This record gives sequence, C-alpha cells and structure tokens, in this order.
Amino acid sequence: MLELIKHPWPWYVAGPLIGLTVPVLLITGNKTFGISSNLRHICAACFPSGISFFTYDWKKETWNLVFIAGVLLGGAVAATWLATGRPVAIDPRLARELAGYGVSDHGTLLPGELFSFRSLLTLRGLLLIVGGGFLVGFGTRYAGGCTSGHAIMGLSNLQWPSLVATCCFMIGGFITANLLLPIILRL
Amino acid sequence: MGFGIILVKSEVVSWFRIQEMFRLESFYMYGVIGSAIVTGMISMLLIKRFNVKAITGEKISVAPKTFNKGQIIGGLIFGCGWALTGACPGPLFAQVGAGFFVMFIALLSAVAGTWAYGRIRNRLPH
Repeated sequence: MLELIKHPWPWYVAGPLIGLTVPVLLITGNKTFGISSNLRHICAACFPSGISFFTYDWKKETWNLVFIAGVLLGGAVAATWLATGRPVAIDPRLARELAGYGVSDHGTLLPGELFSFRSLLTLRGLLLIVGGGFLVGFGTRYAGGCTSGHAIMGLSNLQWPSLVATCCFMIGGFITANLLLPIILRL
Repeated sequence: MGFGIILVKSEVVSWFRIQEMFRLESFYMYGVIGSAIVTGMISMLLIKRFNVKAITGEKISVAPKTFNKGQIIGGLIFGCGWALTGACPGPLFAQVGAGFFVMFIALLSAVAGTWAYGRIRNRLPH
C-alpha cells in the first residue's frame, strides 16, 4: 500500500481528491475554496499601508491561512516520507526542447538549472522566479481568484465569470509557454 | 495538509507538468483539473439538491462571482505567471514545503504582486 502511495498518483485519483476539497470546506465550515486570497490576507496582516483594499478584518480569514500552512506541511510530508526519489517522467518532446536551452535536470519536480538560489543570480532565473511570482500575485488578485477559486470552485458552482477567467488563464499560459518562455530560456 | 500531499504526489506542482500542459504534450493536467471540476460540480449539485447543511448547522452559501474586466486582463496576467513559475498560488506553498526553498522568493514576489495590485487598483480598468 505504502509503495503504491509513493508512486506519482494518476490523474483520476488526484483530480477527484482535489475536487473533494470543495464540499469538505463547505460542509465542515461553510468556507469557499480559494487559495490566492491568502496572498491578500498576508498583505492585510503584514503591510496594509493604509490601502483600503487591505484594511479589513483578515483575522476572520485565519482558517484559510491555516489551510495554506497545512498545504506547506503536506508538501513537506509528501517530499520527505512519500517520495520514491525517482526522476520525474516527462514527455520526450519537452525533454528535447529543454535540453536545447541547457536544461536537462529532471531529477526533481523543478529543473535545478532554472529554480535554485544560484539561478536567482541569472537573468532567466530572476525573470522566472521573481517576475513569474509577481505576475501570479498581481494577476490572481486582479482576476479575483486563481486555479482553485475560479477554475475549481467557480466552475463547480457554474459561475460564468469563472469560465471567462479560466479561459484567460489558459490563453495567457499558452502564449507565454510557447512564445515568451523560449525567449527567456535563451537568455 | 491532505491538500498539500495531493498536490505534491500528483506532481501538479511540477514545472514540467505545467509546461507539458501548455504545449499539449500531455493529457495529465487536463485530467486532474477536469476531474476535479466534475467532482466539485457533482458535490455542489448534491449539496443544493439535498439542501445539505454545514456541520455548524448553517445553510451552505456560496457568494456568486460578479463579472468585471479583471477576469480577462488579470486572468491573462496570471496565466503568464503560471507558465513562467509553473505554479499557481497553492503549489507555491506546497513547493516551499517540499524543500524548494527558492520558491519562497517566488512566494514573496507573489505577495508583492498582490500588494502592488491593491496599491494601483483604483487606476486599473475593472
């Protein structure tokens, strides 16, 4: 059993489990699933700076901060006790493309050549880590949610604005991954 | 915590998986997100149909989403960030937990991005 858990999980196991987060949060606490709000709560708690968007009672949302603390811990548990240590299986086309940019480390979930403290000192690492992170924070708040709040929670609840948002996430991702990322990786 | 374990074990927090998704080289991420949505939809239908109450006894209510231009512009911006970092907000936390400490910098940058949005919010089209 443990051996089975240690292997990467198939999509038809992982997907429904992620989807079940929606009713679990609703039934246990009448809370709606949405992770990016936590970035706002962190701002509200740490640097509200008198900006009206951040002056609200973030303590009411403590459950969500506890939830992401759990996500972080869960990440640690999975990586420490539930890992096989085998490299990530990736599509040969992607492997070939990345090798062309000098990225050939598939040992872990993220390529070490791009995501490490050393790469932070390179232009491409800086753009991917700091630039990408900034866009994630800015974009999710502007869009009013992320993959969890819009794509999963919003679509589950048949909200058409969430469908618009999800389509835009995908369009932005397709354009970036296919047109912008190759330019950055060549830097 | 369960959610974090799922995210890491399903490799949806992997930069490689996200790249495959946006290059249409793998069905995996579509399977995960699609089946998550279907599961969520069925759950919501059942909750509404049988008027399921929260364990606190409250009626379950979900605020409807209202449309504004932010979902388009912000959505495109987030999609761009998603493809670069290979992570949406949940996975960022899971990656830090899984020992990719450099992603803490990405997380801080995401907080900075959210702050910047709050700062200039009034001047953006909505």
